[in-house]
Amino acid sequence: MKSIVSPSADSPDPVAESEARLARLFQPLDPRAASFIDIRGLEKTFVGDGAPVHALRGLDLNVAEGTFLGVMGQSGSGKSTFLAMLGGLSHPTAGGISVDGIDLYALRGERLADFRREYLGFVFQAFNLVPYLTALENVMLPLAVKKMPGGEKRRRALDVLERVGLSDRAGHLPGKLSGGEQERVAIARALVNEPPLVLADEPTGALDSETTQEIMDLFAMLNGEGITIVMVTHNPEIERYFDRIIVLRDGLLERDAPGAPPGAPG
Amino acid sequence: MRLRTIATLSLLRRRARATFLVAGLLIGVGTVVTLVSLTQSLTGQTKADLQSFGANIIVSPRTKDVALSYGGISAGGLSLGSQTLDESVLKRIDAIPARKSIAVVAPELVGTVKVGARNVLLMGVRPEDQFRLKRWWSVDPGRAPSKRREMVAGSAAAKALKLTMGDYVSLGGRRFTITGVLQPTGSQDDQLLVTDLLSAQQVLEMPGKLTLIEVSALSAGTPVDTISAQLAAALPQAKVATMQEAVQSRVHAVGQYKSFSYAIVAVVVAIQALVVFVTMMGSVSQRTHEIGVLRALGFRRAHITRLILLEAVIASVVAGILGYLVGMGVTYVVLPLVASGAQVAWAPLLGVIAVGLAVTIGALATLYPALRAGAMDPTDALRAL
Repeated sequence: MKSIVSPSADSPDPVAESEARLARLFQPLDPRAASFIDIRGLEKTFVGDGAPVHALRGLDLNVAEGTFLGVMGQSGSGKSTFLAMLGGLSHPTAGGISVDGIDLYALRGERLADFRREYLGFVFQAFNLVPYLTALENVMLPLAVKKMPGGEKRRRALDVLERVGLSDRAGHLPGKLSGGEQERVAIARALVNEPPLVLADEPTGALDSETTQEIMDLFAMLNGEGITIVMVTHNPEIERYFDRIIVLRDGLLERDAPGAPPGAPG
Repeated sequence: MRLRTIATLSLLRRRARATFLVAGLLIGVGTVVTLVSLTQSLTGQTKADLQSFGANIIVSPRTKDVALSYGGISAGGLSLGSQTLDESVLKRIDAIPARKSIAVVAPELVGTVKVGARNVLLMGVRPEDQFRLKRWWSVDPGRAPSKRREMVAGSAAAKALKLTMGDYVSLGGRRFTITGVLQPTGSQDDQLLVTDLLSAQQVLEMPGKLTLIEVSALSAGTPVDTISAQLAAALPQAKVATMQEAVQSRVHAVGQYKSFSYAIVAVVVAIQALVVFVTMMGSVSQRTHEIGVLRALGFRRAHITRLILLEAVIASVVAGILGYLVGMGVTYVVLPLVASGAQVAWAPLLGVIAVGLAVTIGALATLYPALRAGAMDPTDALRAL
């Protein structure tokens, strides 16, 4: 994977330090993992006041590194639950998930939070920028709890903002940005830690078709740089950007098919 | 960017909430500072009053004579020369262990002299000590004696002898200058002619002798009983009498005021903690989305807890400093209304305590909301998005 931000000449490489720290943190690796994302018999059942709801019913999936995976399906099919579990946010009722050899739900204590910080970038449908922070400050958020010089954090955030074409809007609060600009800030925030995996939940759901295309072009470019992207969407117009598409129905894998042929947009 | 940067920006850019939080703490801290500084100022004034009240220990010769009354004080043996103390007792008073707790030692020699055809009481004193002890003595017109053979006359004595400032009085063949007349005191002091101790000893032909010694103990130092006991041990030939009642009633009054103030402070602190708690609980509830996003971005539970606590601590420091300044300002306005003439006691330590109190209350009241925020399930938070 290519680096999204350029290394600083006058400071130690913080990415290398972070990776070394995590390598120690996450040992030993999962020997069963057969691919970058390895999902085995994933089940999730919600038990409330009424009847249990089976959101996922034994999902098996392998995703190679560098894949642009589209996850589709109707409302209630289990897409968001799948994404939350892949993001280490919700424990499965049964089964397991490994990412880059790390068995997510074998991690103890706050290591799952560390995993999210170091390995994942989240992009949400509603952007979910912190309203009292500027675009630059929002992008710097994931770095706030990392041991890294302040100047380096700022440099990396500015680099990523420039990458998504928003360097001139760095000092603006989210309320002063358009929907497309907010989405770009959210993408920059997801990328600032240089994660190998980006999870996106309906990132174009609130955008018009022109902005949707701009954002999807940006995702495709990032995917071209080696980042694995898993994107949940309802929008059939963006299917052409995906390498692979899975369709969920009632918590089961209904379809698993290749997406756009080689040479498609992005 | 660090956690404290986020906390600071959150307060700066969400001003309505920050203002409410700081105002809640500020009012509490300001009230506490006002009450404490008023208490300190009034205590200081009471101490000064205790000193200006006059002697609280009287040292007089042991005598079997019938005691005479002087100024409402049982001086004992004031039989005009029949019993006296030797001036050397002053050195022994200076040598007692509790000397530092004595504000004033005022020796006096009292005797009768003839002025024309009238018998008059002559009092020899160390003017500086005597006037410091009896702050209600006011010389108008004129001034207090400052050198030998100067004299002030009590108002009644001046009237009877037709003395005014600048007159001369001949006593025992020595000429004294009247430097002023004491304003009426309503006591036996009005009958006196007051001059320096040495001149009085010469006129009364009692060199090195004293009739009594008035001692003023500092109320904040060694207890009067202890000083009295040390004086009695050092001066076995003298009678040492303590004016307990006056001292104890004043100290008791100050103590009651303090207790009342501290009770109010406790109530204010409790209300303040409740205000912070409710504000921070509301803040955490409103920020469920934000907390969910931060957790998804890789913030640990401890990071969220620290972030919420940091906000409260930063707001508390600001509120503590402002509360101290506002509290002292209110004291400046209120103190003259409740105690004329009292001085505001500026205590930098109170400022430190005010900030410490604000931070402690802010942090403790925010602890539960902060822990609750940290324990929030990121899935629940994100589901609300």
